[in-house]
Amino acid sequence: MDYSQFLNMQAELSLLAVIVILFVADLFMCGDGKKGVYNTCLPVVLLTIHTVLNICPCCQGAGEAFGGMYVHTPMMSIVKSVLAVGTIVTFLMAHKWLSREENLIKQGEFYLITLFTLLGMYFMISSGHFLMFFIGLETASIPMAATVAFDKNRYESAEAGAKFILLALFSAGLLLYGISLIYGATGTLYFDEIGKTLTLSNPLALLGLVLFISGMGFKISLVPFHLWTADTYEGAPTVVTGFLSVISKGSAAFVLFTVLIKVFPELVGAWNQAFMWIIIFSITVANVFAVRQNNLKRFMAFSAISQAGYLVLGVMDGTAQGMTSLVFYLLVYMVANLGAFAVITTIEENSGKINISDYNGLYSTNPKLSFLMTLCLFSLAGIPPFAGFFSKFFIFMAAFKAGWHWLVLIALINTVISLYYYLLIVKAMYIKGPGFTEQKLVSISADNDRVMPEDGPIPTFRVDCYTRTALFICVAGVVLLGICGVAYNCIDSFSYGLDKVMEVCTGCCK
Amino acid sequence: MISIELLLLVSAVMLFAGIYGFLTRKSTLAILLSIELMLNSADINFAVFNRMVYPNGHEGVFFAIFAIAIAAAESAIAIAIMINIYRQLKSISADKLTKMKW
Repeated sequence: MDYSQFLNMQAELSLLAVIVILFVADLFMCGDGKKGVYNTCLPVVLLTIHTVLNICPCCQGAGEAFGGMYVHTPMMSIVKSVLAVGTIVTFLMAHKWLSREENLIKQGEFYLITLFTLLGMYFMISSGHFLMFFIGLETASIPMAATVAFDKNRYESAEAGAKFILLALFSAGLLLYGISLIYGATGTLYFDEIGKTLTLSNPLALLGLVLFISGMGFKISLVPFHLWTADTYEGAPTVVTGFLSVISKGSAAFVLFTVLIKVFPELVGAWNQAFMWIIIFSITVANVFAVRQNNLKRFMAFSAISQAGYLVLGVMDGTAQGMTSLVFYLLVYMVANLGAFAVITTIEENSGKINISDYNGLYSTNPKLSFLMTLCLFSLAGIPPFAGFFSKFFIFMAAFKAGWHWLVLIALINTVISLYYYLLIVKAMYIKGPGFTEQKLVSISADNDRVMPEDGPIPTFRVDCYTRTALFICVAGVVLLGICGVAYNCIDSFSYGLDKVMEVCTGCCK
Repeated sequence: MISIELLLLVSAVMLFAGIYGFLTRKSTLAILLSIELMLNSADINFAVFNRMVYPNGHEGVFFAIFAIAIAAAESAIAIAIMINIYRQLKSISADKLTKMKW
């Protein structure tokens, strides 16, 4: 056995090293009095080192390990770095939540479980074989259920966890059956070999494709498969919701793209047709439901479903440009959404309020936070100076070039609708004064002493330095990614699509 | 020798029995059992295809083994969450999990 092939798995191995160090640190440093050393700093620093190490050699070219089960391309390392940065931001904004009395003892668990999820996503992204893909996918989603149910004493968290795990299992069952049919049709599980032998005339392949799409649809929460999303997002701890809505969804969308172009290039007509309807329904239905929400986390869930529709719009194209715009969209969506969630988390931790009506008059008490929230929401809606506009523009352009004119038109109309409901929050923060608070206070927290029985706007509070850092990263991303075109060009130089996939594969095999 | 169609029929019936159970059962534990049926039907498929259609190599059987291990891990987490719900609700009926809707 050639051990040098492990060098291709640099990202996974370094993440594993981070996990082991954190595990040992958790054994010896957690607990009485020493929490200041361990808390947040260590995981963030380690993960930053890991990310920097991971970004640097991403130009070294493609490679593979274990006879093609593990594939590595520069594009994958970009996506992995994006996910790692998102995890760093999540850890930063988790600081206050993990510093609660009941969570102090569990913070090591949170870091480890989240990092294992990330490790699973890494393997899933780099898979060149369905076994690796399935193991990666499940490694990413099983620990996720544990983090969703993390607040042990809060009933909503457990209910969200139950809904998440049951539907994740259901989708895993469908996906597994689909993979078994694909195996039956072709006799192999390697992506490249399946891609060569699978044809449209094979009914097993078609059924396999349908089951595969529905399995992945659950993970990305596209519309016919989205029913778990709102409940899980509402019940999960806010930090976990942020992680779930960005990192988990983004990795699945990228994998969907790579698997579709590698495994089902012959069936491109079939899956294009399926995704056309899925995208139309995802964007439209999610927008309609988002308008009527009052709970902010539930609102963000529907917003995330509609954003997932836009994200998958990059898949429709199947070209290198589609992949570039998908990854760029993922990057921009990550900073904007995590920024919004950082604001929501910090407000929830400081005042215990989570409803949109609680945000009335926030500008008068916390002007900076409302401003940052507005920036992130504008970016999510796609208003020009911010990054969200450019990411939407690129993804529409890719789909338009591929000939999906009607689809792009429907997506554009929905962008306007989404602007309306994002502005509802901005309106609550800026225009509606404290006098507007007709809504009675809804207590969302388990310990009642943190809920303040008053009707005025959320009182002024200081944001801790970790959340400040998280917000700084997100806002820098929202502003700079829009202005500098370097990021898009950089991603573009590594992307591959249907036309290029064969040469990438031959490059891997050498 | 049993024909491959019959074996695949067994797995298909298992899959749809699982889906039916998932949609109709009230107890979350029964829902979990239905899901196990679905996962195992795919495992049967792998074994059948490997044995009857592609006898060179063991790819399908290995996949089935890994899938069984993963299913076990998933049930462990699911049951842990169910126990947590039982502690708070004194019931694991899916009808009761309705605090968050719409």
